[in-house]
Amino acid sequence: MTRLKADARHSVRFSLNGKLVEGEAEPRMLLSDFLRHQLGATGTHVGCEHGVCGACTIIVDGMLTRSCLTLAAQVEGCELRTVEGLAPSADRLGVLQQAFRRNHALQCGFCTAGILMSLDHYLAGNPTPTEAEIRDLLSGHICRCTGYTPIIQAALEAAAELASSKKETSDA
Amino acid sequence: MVQAAVQSANSVDQSDDRPWVGRSIERVEDAALLSGGGRFIDDLGVAPGTLHATILRSPHAHADILSIDVEAAKRLAGVAAVLTGEDVKAVTTTLVVGVKAPVECWPIAMDRVRYVGEPVAVVVATDRARAEDAAELINVEYRPRGAVVDPLSALVSGVPVLHDGFPGNLASERAFRYGDPEKAFAEAPHRFSIDIRYPRNSCTPIETYGVVASHDAGEDAYEVLANFQGPFSIHTVIARALKVPGNRLRLRTPPDSGGSFGVKQGVFPYIVLIAAAARVTGKPVKWIEDRLEHLTASVSATNRATTLSAAVAADGKILALDWDQVEDCGAHLRAPEPATLYRMHGNMTGAYDVRHVKIRNRVVVTNKTPTGLNRGFGGPQVYFALERLVQRIAISLGLDPLDVITRNLIDAGTFPYRTATGALLDSGNYQEAVARAVAQGRLAELKARRDEARAQGRLYGIGFTAVVEPSVSNMGYITTVLTAAERRKAGPKNGAQATATVGLDPVGSVTVHVASVPQGQGHRTVLSQVVADVFGLQPKDIRVNTEIDTAKDAWSIASGNYASRFAAAVAGTAKLAAERVAGRLARIAASQLNVEAADIVFAKGFVASKHNPENRIAFSRVAALSHWSPGSLPDDAGQTIRETVFWTPPELTPPDEDDRINSSLCHGFIFDFCGVEIDRTTLETRIDRYVTMHDCGTILHPGMVNGQIRGGFAQALGAALYEEYAYAEDGSFLTGTLADYLLPTTTEVPEPEIFHMETPSPFTPLGAKGVGEGNCMSTPVCLANAVADALGVADITLPLVPARLAELVRGDEPPPPAGGATTAPVREGDRRLRGEGQASVKGAPEQVWAMLLDPATLQSVIPGCQRVDKITDTHFGADVTLGIGPVSGRYRADVELFDLDPPRAVTLRGGATGALGFGNAEGRITLAPDGNGGTKLAYSYDAAIGGKVASIGGRLLDGATRVIIGQFFTALARKAGGGGAAGGGFSLFALLAKVASLFGGRR
Ligand code: FES
Ligand code: FES
Repeated sequence: MTRLKADARHSVRFSLNGKLVEGEAEPRMLLSDFLRHQLGATGTHVGCEHGVCGACTIIVDGMLTRSCLTLAAQVEGCELRTVEGLAPSADRLGVLQQAFRRNHALQCGFCTAGILMSLDHYLAGNPTPTEAEIRDLLSGHICRCTGYTPIIQAALEAAAELASSKKETSDA
Repeated sequence: MVQAAVQSANSVDQSDDRPWVGRSIERVEDAALLSGGGRFIDDLGVAPGTLHATILRSPHAHADILSIDVEAAKRLAGVAAVLTGEDVKAVTTTLVVGVKAPVECWPIAMDRVRYVGEPVAVVVATDRARAEDAAELINVEYRPRGAVVDPLSALVSGVPVLHDGFPGNLASERAFRYGDPEKAFAEAPHRFSIDIRYPRNSCTPIETYGVVASHDAGEDAYEVLANFQGPFSIHTVIARALKVPGNRLRLRTPPDSGGSFGVKQGVFPYIVLIAAAARVTGKPVKWIEDRLEHLTASVSATNRATTLSAAVAADGKILALDWDQVEDCGAHLRAPEPATLYRMHGNMTGAYDVRHVKIRNRVVVTNKTPTGLNRGFGGPQVYFALERLVQRIAISLGLDPLDVITRNLIDAGTFPYRTATGALLDSGNYQEAVARAVAQGRLAELKARRDEARAQGRLYGIGFTAVVEPSVSNMGYITTVLTAAERRKAGPKNGAQATATVGLDPVGSVTVHVASVPQGQGHRTVLSQVVADVFGLQPKDIRVNTEIDTAKDAWSIASGNYASRFAAAVAGTAKLAAERVAGRLARIAASQLNVEAADIVFAKGFVASKHNPENRIAFSRVAALSHWSPGSLPDDAGQTIRETVFWTPPELTPPDEDDRINSSLCHGFIFDFCGVEIDRTTLETRIDRYVTMHDCGTILHPGMVNGQIRGGFAQALGAALYEEYAYAEDGSFLTGTLADYLLPTTTEVPEPEIFHMETPSPFTPLGAKGVGEGNCMSTPVCLANAVADALGVADITLPLVPARLAELVRGDEPPPPAGGATTAPVREGDRRLRGEGQASVKGAPEQVWAMLLDPATLQSVIPGCQRVDKITDTHFGADVTLGIGPVSGRYRADVELFDLDPPRAVTLRGGATGALGFGNAEGRITLAPDGNGGTKLAYSYDAAIGGKVASIGGRLLDGATRVIIGQFFTALARKAGGGGAAGGGFSLFALLAKVASLFGGRR
């Protein structure tokens, strides 16, 4: 195992939304800070820095990860996905994002990135979730603005839409 | 990207001719927020060379600062400055205190700390991590004082006093009398009373505070970017504290803010602090608050002790109310406090027609975080008492609670209705709203559910609440804290200036600016709807900017996002500004189209003649004319480039000679009822159905109105069931993480059934009233009433955590005495840790005894011990590093031995301090031969801790203590097993150093 010197900066390299990125970090630097301040990927937010609020949730090598509880040095060579990678193009929103907008599933939007990442990850593996499953999944996220129901509604709508578009493709 | 968002947002419903206002169009804000493109304060870049600040905070609730040694911190590489109170004092002056008293209020402790988390030093360095490293090196010597935590205890004579200028901890006291309450009470057949302790909580936005400040020494001018939310009356407070005129304090807000709910008003002391740091260092300085800081020391709603009595007729009609309120504003009375207490002053009779009212208001200071704006702002505290009392009246008289509510409601024919205490309730039909809610929310069926559940032995209850929700605050209500004579001297304060600017550019596109500082409420979308309707355009044609820059924008002291003023005041003012421009455009178009201005209509992107729609001209053409050809405009048209309107409602007058105050402009009505079931085993409260009926006047955007209701409901549910800023008796703060301060999540928040009625306000341009705060006022007490009904208990204290309900249901509490019992303390403040244990160690007691007093042995067996110094034979010092839960830190321990009885017993007493907290402990250790040449050792300890460790590690302390003591004995046994000459020693001292460094409470 590589040992990193506590007071030195080390280079960290990984793939962020399909692009190779590189920066320097002290061993103690959190991944959330690294993403935001070193790489300028400020879409991932930080609400508590102790793993409870879920705002900082991203996907690391296919696993949901709290970037505030992860050190930058830990993701060397990994594949990361963040909210910046969700939209199919800069001027178009993805199905889940559109469902959020339609359902007023966000107000301040500070919690939203983490919730989107959890849902994006979950829906990929569970195309027909129940409301109870979505509520259970999202119980690791805190939103202070919306009262949650619009978020649940958006998730269910997006799941249905994704499932039917998949069906169309496979029918075709 | 935003443009694309606007297009798709408005792709629905484009065809028909309905106005945009009233439709739930998609929000312009969302595309950026959904794709990581939000621009919150910590997302924005800073100037090269910007320094970063961290704040060292007090671990004590009340202590004198004897000395602060910052030398080691200053020497650390990368540190630019360390500011203590004195340094801040050199460049600023005290913040305004909310009442007239010889009291100062600094954003940083001067020579005394008065709450856990109070800033003690600001460290400024090249990056945040360096600053935090340096903060750990600061050595502060405190001399603890006794703390007062409870508002009623704070008033008892002989308790510690926080400020000499507030004798007896009383910051303000006023008595009010309206009508003839004494007579009403004397003549009424019944008198009912209730004692309430409303707890401390906060709406805790998920984004914390942030400030970036710089200082231009040449002009002595400050520039500040902060996620401040208003009211901008605070701009004056900041400028005054920074000793510059208002025009030398440029205050800006970022484009996005991650929620506020009132709380971000409280960033202002930090604006002063960080601006001072910028001035001292000559560099821009940035500070982002962390969650522990936010929970510990940002701002809290007030907790309040209330005794409310009612004179009541036999049929349940309330004839008079007698309020006795003791408001706890924490350690400092910061502007605009005591506003929480006076915001509701015109509304102390709620939704009821009560003509005789007595009020005694006292404001006290305690060793807790200073209070400030929080959604609901005084409403939750007032309605909890009033609506609990209404339920008590019903039960006592054997009436249906809903009947008592309806019997007392203000009559629909009497609006605008002047309450006894001065509010002018603009409009409503409360009876109709209740009737509709009862029908649409299926109350009869809910009652049947209750009966059925009860027949099965389940704990099921129904609660009701009727609430008047005030919005658009009168800037003058706070002066009700002064006597009429004092007000005459100070000059009148009243009104609520709202402002909006509408601009037309050279291609005729429309820009709107308001000083409303939204934190997620979608103001930009709503304003685009309002202005699009005036100009006959589509919302996508209107670009709205809601950032504020006090150097360039129109604003007033009332600007900002608070008191639910957006829909009622700000959106209405935008309409007025757009109409003013439209009026001029109509004159221009009329001259071009050769018709009368009165014949002009704005529709579908054109300005046309009503009579002959074919006679028309493109909006953009008329709109651009003022730029390109001012000479061709008709003389009376003026310019149409930019129009700023200020609007203040005439109804918001100052308090009158008799202290009657119209504290708010608009008054929505809410009627809630709910059914809850309490699990007999876990005593968890489950909401079966929650019905909430709102009349907030004209609805501008149904989706957003429901969003406000749901969001408020979820926060209120948290306040009712889970949330409390908990303090120990010594003032230690116990809820410093989101694992201790529990917020509701998806699994706890059900969907409320929302119903609407629309009685437009006659006082606002759009007929709208505020809606964002109502459920924070109605829901906590509605749930409490339901729980009281389910359990059949008289007194209920929030939050309704299972442990507290267990006391009510199973506890051996005596029945409440007549006239109302006082409730139990909010949370047991006793955090003392006690324990005892035994261990076997090789070696005779004499040997062990010697080792216990030997520094070298101690150092080797104490977990995390760096160094032990022997000061005298019975006095030791040690440096230890300990981790508890999420925090590990260094502590300096100091232990003395007493009652030595070698080699049999010794008492140890000691304390430890470190960046993460402090503690004191006492322990007794006894040694006895075990019969095999070894020693049987028994110990007991009694300890408590304070500071950061208590705030964030509190849950883990008991376990951590045992683990650490276990580690100690393992090390000791290993050493003893090694059999060296000095090996096998158990360190008395080690144990105590360990325990003391973890736990300790002043005694
Ligand atoms: S910031 Fe990571 S969970 Fe809250
Ligand atoms: S939208 Fe504001 S916290 Fe979720």
